[in-house]
Amino acid sequence: MDDILNAIVLLTNFVIVPALAYGAQLALGALGVTIIFGILRFANFAHGDLMAFATMVVILVTWVLQDAGIGIAPLPTALIALPVGILAAIAISLFTDRCVYRFYRQKKSAPVIFVIASIGVMFMMNGIVRVIIGPDDQSFGDGARFLIQVTQFREWTGLKEGLAIKMSQALTLGVAVIAVAALFWFMQRTRAGKAMRAYSDNEDLALLSGVNPDRVVFYAWVIAATLATIAGTLYGLDKSFKPFTYFQLLLPIFAAAIVGGIGQPLGAIVGGFIVAFSEVTITYAYRKFLLYLLPAEWVPDGLVQFLSTDYKFAISFVILVVVLLVRPTGVFRGKVI
Amino acid sequence: MTVNPRACIYFGLMALALMAVGFLQSWSLALTILNLCLISSIMALGLNMQWGYAGLFNVGVMGFAALGGVAAVLVSQPPVAEAWSAGGTDLGLTVLALAAAIAIIVLVRRAMGKGPLRTFVTFVLAIAGYGFVRIFFDPASEAIESVDPSKTGYLGGLGLPIILAWPIGGLIAAGAAWMVGKIALGLRADYLAIATLGISEIVLAMLKHEDWLSRGVKNVTGLSRPVPYEIELQTTDWFLGLTESLGAAPIEASSVFVKICYALLFVAVLGILMWLAEKALHSPWGRMMRAIRDNETSAEAMGKDVTRRHLQIFILGAAVVGLAGAMLVTLDGQFTPGTYNPLRYTFLIWVMVIVGGSGNNWGSVLGGFLIWFVWVEAEPAGLWLMDLATSGLGESSTLRAHLLESAPHMRLFVMGLILLLVLRFSPRGLLPAKTRHQ
Repeated sequence: MDDILNAIVLLTNFVIVPALAYGAQLALGALGVTIIFGILRFANFAHGDLMAFATMVVILVTWVLQDAGIGIAPLPTALIALPVGILAAIAISLFTDRCVYRFYRQKKSAPVIFVIASIGVMFMMNGIVRVIIGPDDQSFGDGARFLIQVTQFREWTGLKEGLAIKMSQALTLGVAVIAVAALFWFMQRTRAGKAMRAYSDNEDLALLSGVNPDRVVFYAWVIAATLATIAGTLYGLDKSFKPFTYFQLLLPIFAAAIVGGIGQPLGAIVGGFIVAFSEVTITYAYRKFLLYLLPAEWVPDGLVQFLSTDYKFAISFVILVVVLLVRPTGVFRGKVI
Repeated sequence: MTVNPRACIYFGLMALALMAVGFLQSWSLALTILNLCLISSIMALGLNMQWGYAGLFNVGVMGFAALGGVAAVLVSQPPVAEAWSAGGTDLGLTVLALAAAIAIIVLVRRAMGKGPLRTFVTFVLAIAGYGFVRIFFDPASEAIESVDPSKTGYLGGLGLPIILAWPIGGLIAAGAAWMVGKIALGLRADYLAIATLGISEIVLAMLKHEDWLSRGVKNVTGLSRPVPYEIELQTTDWFLGLTESLGAAPIEASSVFVKICYALLFVAVLGILMWLAEKALHSPWGRMMRAIRDNETSAEAMGKDVTRRHLQIFILGAAVVGLAGAMLVTLDGQFTPGTYNPLRYTFLIWVMVIVGGSGNNWGSVLGGFLIWFVWVEAEPAGLWLMDLATSGLGESSTLRAHLLESAPHMRLFVMGLILLLVLRFSPRGLLPAKTRHQ
């Protein structure tokens, strides 16, 4: 019996908890991508760098607050800095929309032109982030590191395996739940949210009903920027902040959005968790887990790892391809680009 | 063909800019920039085939360039006999196991009717096959990687002249493009972009971590050269005689000479490719490609097989990119998978094609030259500007020190700005592609 409990705890500690946190971060990012896609109808390649930019602002404000001795221990100071980051992200998103995308919207350019423009924005945003904060790793987490520590858990339960829950992981899930609840409330209950859904479903019909397209686009950027800031900050607290890593997050985020069904908020969340759980479960070495459950002589010699962690991008990609081939609309019947 | 006066002016200005570098900085630097400009042009030419001729949105240029690069290692490095004897048998079995697994999957799929059950069975068989292949592959890679890991630890190459790696690099990239195209080309533009982005990351992940193949991030250095070495030149009589008659210092002259040799090789490759590309673009085939790009439905109504043509051009473009990738590794003399970065190897090439003029081969070459030049020279220029802008802050200012340190990253910003400006104000690029009705 103990062995089974130990095995469950081991799996929870190394697979379920990290994947839940990572999945929530991806889901928040994918929500931003999917909303921009639903309203502006292009895949925004600058989203990863928008996340990096917003997180950078949060980090800078956090440093200032830390220097001033302001904090909310045991929670990280970054939480107080978050609103500033959100405002900065909204400001730069609206600014790029005004300077770049609006022109092509008025010209009714092909979606691919928007994508190329977003590559230009990506370059510029990337440059700004690197000039201001540099290309290196930055740490900005403070407050308590763990909600539950391994030793505490062992004392409580008397099991051999321990379970640690990092503050950042608990925080990720808490904040993500609040953000998603607020988003869904907005989309379902408010006039602006309904206008956005109508616009996303059928542009002509929405315009005919008197929906103001400028308002809709405005809200889309506000929401995407807010979610990008939250996702970026939580990812940075949980792992670490490095501009290039955020750029690379683009792939799993796109995968999550497409797997869930592009343009579908609920799909983006499910997609985020599908991608995160696949990445973590496939790259986890199961030897120790099996040792608890099977007689020692049945367990293979190697690590029993399906794929080395170096290939985690491959996993997002394989999921993406399988979904595109089997069900191109994604799990939740989104749009086909 | 009529000569476009605009192209002459632009290329003339480009030549002047390179000469200015020669006079103001050094000729060795000017030639280094020229060589990389030439390689960039070839990469841009490859991407232009995919995007400009056919409208395929490939964001995986880096992957194909890296595959070309690994060809340089696999062709030119001497084979490591110990590694072959340590892991060769197991590796052979791996290949057999892989072939068997694929054969079983294909046969089972043929035998079964279409439907969710077939998808499920394929999935299960693929996982089982993967496990089966790993039984042979794991000991093989371990044995190979443990052969003198600090020096070799990989299978080595064929020990052939490195220049052969250029076409072979193109072939490897073409093979990969065939596989990618089979999977992803049915997709619409945005999906293809994301799919190719993913594939290039996977290729890089493999090159970084499959140490048995090309040593991964331990890098392969000291690749052989298609041109003489500086040290040899400095002891060769005819070369010493040449430098003496020119009145140049032998050490500096030798490095310039080597770079000129490379430049001549690259110009020859670029010339051949341009000739072929121009011939193709102005043939019935080229007109068909443009017709497909501009209106797929009507091209299909004319009986053109759009999917096949897309696959064809995707493979051709990837082959050209792979060729350029192999040339780049040859020029560097080393293969360092850790240095491949999508901003530099994918998106920068995109900037080149868009700025030069999508669909126009000469435009891509110009874009390759111009953008690489700006990319390189933005660093000293950015430093100089930043120095000027912050000179009021005083020598000891930490802000000034930080800004000066981060000035090189300004070039990313500049690239984005150039791309957006061209896209907005001159969306057809510096040298727009000619269309009949104009």
